[in-house]
Amino acid sequence: MQPKDIAALLDEPACAHNHKEKSGCAKPKPGATAGGCAFDGAQIALLPIADVAHIVHGPIACAGSSWDNRGTRSSGPSLYKIGMTTDLTEQDIIMGRGEKRLLHSIKQAVDSYSPAAVFVYNTCVPALIGDDVDAVCKAAGEKFGVPVVPVDCAGFYGTKNLGNRIAGEAMVKYVIGTREPEPVGDELAAGRTIHDICLIGEYNIAGELWHVTPLFDELGLRVLASLSGDSRFHEIQTMHRSRANMMVCSKAMINVARKLQEKYQTPWFEGSFYGVRDTSHALREFARLLGDEVLARRTELVIAREEARIDALLEPWRERLRGKRALLYTGGVKSWSVISALQDLGMDVVATGTKKSTEEDKARIRELMGEEARMIEDGSPRALLDTVRDYQVDVLIAGGRNMYTALKARVPFLDINQEREYAYAGYEGMQELARQLTRTIESPVWDAVRTPAPWQGGR
Amino acid sequence: MADLIKRNKALSVMPLKVSAPLGGALAILGLHRAIPMLHGSQGCTAFAKVMSVRHFREPIPLQTTAMDQVGTVMGADDYIIEGLKTICEKNRPDCIGLLTTGLSETQGTDILRSVKDFRLQYPEYESVAVVAVNTPDFNGGLESGFAATITAVIDQLVPNRNESGTEPGRRRRQLNVLVSSALTPGDIEALRELIESFELRPLILPDLADSLDGHLPENDFNPLTIGGTSVSELALMGDSVATLVIGPSLYTAAQRLYDKTGVPNYYFDSLLGLAATDALVNTLSNLAERPVPVRLERQRSQLQDAMLDCHFMLGQQRVAIAAEPDEILAMSRFLQAQGAEVVAAVSSSRGPALESVPLKTVKIGDLEDLQQLAESSGAQLLMGNSHLSSVAQLTGLPLQRMGFPQYDLLGGYQRVWIGYRGARQLLFDLANLVLGEHAHHEVKPYRSRLSPRPLDEAATAGDCHGHATATARA
Repeated sequence: MQPKDIAALLDEPACAHNHKEKSGCAKPKPGATAGGCAFDGAQIALLPIADVAHIVHGPIACAGSSWDNRGTRSSGPSLYKIGMTTDLTEQDIIMGRGEKRLLHSIKQAVDSYSPAAVFVYNTCVPALIGDDVDAVCKAAGEKFGVPVVPVDCAGFYGTKNLGNRIAGEAMVKYVIGTREPEPVGDELAAGRTIHDICLIGEYNIAGELWHVTPLFDELGLRVLASLSGDSRFHEIQTMHRSRANMMVCSKAMINVARKLQEKYQTPWFEGSFYGVRDTSHALREFARLLGDEVLARRTELVIAREEARIDALLEPWRERLRGKRALLYTGGVKSWSVISALQDLGMDVVATGTKKSTEEDKARIRELMGEEARMIEDGSPRALLDTVRDYQVDVLIAGGRNMYTALKARVPFLDINQEREYAYAGYEGMQELARQLTRTIESPVWDAVRTPAPWQGGR
Repeated sequence: MADLIKRNKALSVMPLKVSAPLGGALAILGLHRAIPMLHGSQGCTAFAKVMSVRHFREPIPLQTTAMDQVGTVMGADDYIIEGLKTICEKNRPDCIGLLTTGLSETQGTDILRSVKDFRLQYPEYESVAVVAVNTPDFNGGLESGFAATITAVIDQLVPNRNESGTEPGRRRRQLNVLVSSALTPGDIEALRELIESFELRPLILPDLADSLDGHLPENDFNPLTIGGTSVSELALMGDSVATLVIGPSLYTAAQRLYDKTGVPNYYFDSLLGLAATDALVNTLSNLAERPVPVRLERQRSQLQDAMLDCHFMLGQQRVAIAAEPDEILAMSRFLQAQGAEVVAAVSSSRGPALESVPLKTVKIGDLEDLQQLAESSGAQLLMGNSHLSSVAQLTGLPLQRMGFPQYDLLGGYQRVWIGYRGARQLLFDLANLVLGEHAHHEVKPYRSRLSPRPLDEAATAGDCHGHATATARA
């Protein structure tokens, strides 16, 4: 990938970070950096497409340490779970055999697994030695009669966030708009107007999308594709026919939403399925963007019914969680979307991490937490633990990376990011969130690990 | 010696191999107040970290030089120096392990020179040991990366006897122990106890039992390892009575240690099973000039008893294994000694241990290979890391997890495999897996045509099955 292409991806007019001096994609500091690379980001973004063969072109580290490593779920094919890599050896690199190996690899994947398509992720080493992955993919696609999509995402191009955008860019460039959706039969429509919508940046972690899709069905909203939770290749191809797009809980693929608007005039909004208020808001936004009065009225009815139902179910949980103090440390949109979910449970969010949040995100935080909301820029373990102590926090809610930081400091913890094993989205997800919060906060083990042994004089 | 069957396909499917830098990082994590730093893009570190965290369920200190596009094209020596400086400044570790990756090796980095430049530029951090190791991703795997790093630690941190004045045997009760990546923290802990029972003091390199055994320390946060071999003790290795080397992957490192210190080596391919443990115990008894403790004799006889109990289940059992070379050697010998057969063996990469493996063939390959071999050879039991759970699902075979990573099993890192007690537990666990399977292979009932019984017999008569009783009650 040329530097100018990377620069073009980093320049994202729809992203509020773009106008700030310190962009969200600042250069990492050697010896003091956490987080993944561009390949990591690209793979996270596309791996949930379930019927695709995902081939990682590079030496073993890239795929070897990352395959079978995501909480994303599929309702059908499980091809995406089978790790595939060209596993380049020293000889391949010295003798320049990478391209040849890649071509044979694609053939092998097509022959053994008959995928709907093949995605090839280019990584650092082949990018450095100059393998022409685009050309190999083009040739392979023609030769084997299966779409082969290059995703040029070498780790050294930049951060995970850049990788997300590279992945989105590849979909816009090579996949979206290459097929028309099937019409909805009269029987399925049952007299309703069916609207086609898409979700962007939803990964169906722990199957949480399935808490929401029944409501879409009920409202007559057909999800043409989710990019990329529980999706199929042929669905991604039809995303250009969407009438309204929702960018879910992440700015990661904001470039896709923007480009689909530019190319196909599809309106989009940014929303979240975390919390009762946000889920209702998302449903209303769809009705608004689609400009359908009937839909809007039906949406209100569904919301009223669901909110009443979940409110009754949450009441016993609220009694247990009311007034509990939470420290939230997570990236970007989740810095506010999860706040409303926690407040819906009666909890007190004493501080939230804003390292990756935009000014817009921060404005929403103030709206939810009040003007004196405490925002934490420094996400180092030390800084988090100090905040936990200063504010007498009952639970730290953060990504899996911080789990053992919390446990070693004897602090209750809830995992909110990619690797988690529980589904928190939608109205249903709120119950699960409450259950998991009480599971850690009310656990008897905290006393056991904080109390010194009988023969110790106390700490 | 086994025939090694090379990789014969372009695409690696369901990879078994774990990268060499990750192996190198693990070796550094067995040093006290240490932190590894991978010289590569930040993803190299992020992936290795996530994998290790999932296996050990511990915070894992691991940093990166964060090579970006500029550094990749224009040279990233400055990144190394800045990275070392930043870590020294923030954490003042005892040791930093600087490990290369596929990216930096393809670019052509000279890490030893960069470390020299760092020393010149920042003399104030002289007390921080830096071990630089070449561990390209495209060469070898976890075991070889681990071994290369132990060799580098010896090369760069253990002094020559003629410079330091160490004398083999000066510390009469001190024993060096080099342990390969095949040993878990639980193994190393058990090994220490075993050696100490002979009133010897082991100096273990790397001591993962002290750093990654999963204990809850006093203070709430540690940016460095919270245990392990202390760097200052490495200087005392030359005074030991002997060096025990566990695992063929470390024989080169051991030779290097001998060249530098003159301390004699005792080589052990593995410590798995009766014969291997006997060899160790016998050596310890001779070195310590102490009789074998009664307690050990008892454990030995307990193992013998378990071998008798389990031979009914494990005799002729057909086992398929996917692992690192040292582990394949150890496990093949162990299983054969119990009468089981290793019918399929896949190694992630080459290693010196494979030369001694008592099998006809070993395939260098991936888990797709293992699945095919297991099916074609009629394997009944699988052994390997957590990635094998998908093969277990596809084949319907039971799986005994071993090796790295084990992310779908709690406590895999602390399991004890070695010694009499480790072997006994392993026999029981394998035999239980076989017993659990046995139910699927019972003789299918035959209903004689000559003495017909009612078709709905089971549902009506007082059969011993639960549903029949329930029906009767209803």
